[in-house]
Amino acid sequence: MACADAWRGDGEILASPFGTIPAIGARLARATFAPDLLLSDGEALLVGGTWAVGEPPAGPVEGWMPFRTVFDLAWAGRRHVMMIPSQIDRYGNVNISAIGDFGRPARALLGMRGAPGNTVCHRTSYWVPRHQPRVFVPRVDVVCGVGYDRGVGSVDLRRVVTNLGVLDFGGPDHAMRLVCVHPGVTVDEVIANTGFGLVIDGDIGQTRWPEADELRLIREVIDPRQARDREVP
Amino acid sequence: MTEDDAVAQLRSGMTIGIGGWGSRRKPMSLVRAILRAPLTDLTVVSYGGPDVGLLCAAGKVKRLIYGFVSLDSIPLEPHFQAARQAGAIEVTEYDEGMLQWGLYAAALRLPFLPTRAGLGSDVIRLNPELRTVRSPYPDGEQLLAVPALPLDAALIHLNRADAAGNAQFLGPDLYFDDLFAAAAERTYVSCERIVSTAELTAAAGFASLRIQRWMTAGVIESHNGAHFTSCAPDYPRDEAFQRDYVAAAKDPATWREFEARYLLGTESDYQKAVRA
Repeated sequence: MACADAWRGDGEILASPFGTIPAIGARLARATFAPDLLLSDGEALLVGGTWAVGEPPAGPVEGWMPFRTVFDLAWAGRRHVMMIPSQIDRYGNVNISAIGDFGRPARALLGMRGAPGNTVCHRTSYWVPRHQPRVFVPRVDVVCGVGYDRGVGSVDLRRVVTNLGVLDFGGPDHAMRLVCVHPGVTVDEVIANTGFGLVIDGDIGQTRWPEADELRLIREVIDPRQARDREVP
Repeated sequence: MTEDDAVAQLRSGMTIGIGGWGSRRKPMSLVRAILRAPLTDLTVVSYGGPDVGLLCAAGKVKRLIYGFVSLDSIPLEPHFQAARQAGAIEVTEYDEGMLQWGLYAAALRLPFLPTRAGLGSDVIRLNPELRTVRSPYPDGEQLLAVPALPLDAALIHLNRADAAGNAQFLGPDLYFDDLFAAAAERTYVSCERIVSTAELTAAAGFASLRIQRWMTAGVIESHNGAHFTSCAPDYPRDEAFQRDYVAAAKDPATWREFEARYLLGTESDYQKAVRA
């Protein structure tokens, strides 16, 4: 639900979810409380309707959006992306490029992709399927996604959703703060799996349960084959 | 012309742009021809996929200029990873939009184009030659000046072309092939089929004719030439082959076997081995 609520109030912009559960969240959001969102088929088409993850969209094509147009929308600020960080730090700097020394990395990853531009041009959220200290690090090895401590005023990081809970950047100087934990998860578990000190501000609530119609949409329309259970067992 | 004719016009040390995106509509038969040629010390510019992986594995690359390297359905490219982790190549890693801007600047003969992408990120720390520029207008905004990326040659693969070098994409996305072509001194376009000029517009609307003969220096007919990357609507990515490619790349011995089976012969040997 936290991955759906991330798009709440976004209006008529492109929602770009990476990963299965963010894709479910974006489709659920559009099918319910965020009907104006634009969604792509993962290639070059904007499509209407609500369709199952892993399946081709059934809905009508409402626009042509090749990668070049995605870049245009991104730089114009009409987009909210949810990316998957390999490392993320307290101020929301994110690495998807390389682990270790950039010149000769211990592990080479994807590369910068669009993370530098995305994070200084439009809303960005993150999805972490496995919340662990290896991902939540004191300092990322390569800054791809720009955080709040890099002197760029336009950074707009909304939330970090993990398999344990939801975090935002509402702490002092935009430090990462725990917002809520998922049902069955304790605050201590989140703290133990985060490699830096989180801001814990008062009582920590619980992530909301889906409403009956939301649950039905997830189970029957958007993810009937339970791909979500393969991403977060 | 053939792939080998086109590659014979390239020289070691050149800067070569490769069209397509990730593991989609890559000019793979031209890349395979480079593997057979004595070229070395190339600077390769690419929205990288297995084109980059194969060239790295063959030791052809001196410097790579890229925003990412990925096989799409398999996120990480094994040969690119190995080359990076061995420190075997020099790299210029950009935001993917910066790459577009560099090609576009070269295509327009501008020294740079400004953008916000890259500001605040390690793109600037890792590429200390990059400069910023201040808007001369009242906003006074500080922007990153992405330098032009002129190419000695570009290699692209399209669905159809005519003999004069007008080429057509029939799939969902042109990617940045027109910018690669316009940024290059010489562009070689391979295509699934060479048809008459009239057949191009019979097959699809005018808007699909985005590669024009003024951009191209040579046309190569190469059926299945993008294999194993996708070339929609002619064929999808060969996912089984891509999985085999990744598995083979894990170990030097299995990679030598893969090379011997697919890459040491001609393009027609490759296509025969793929069909086998």
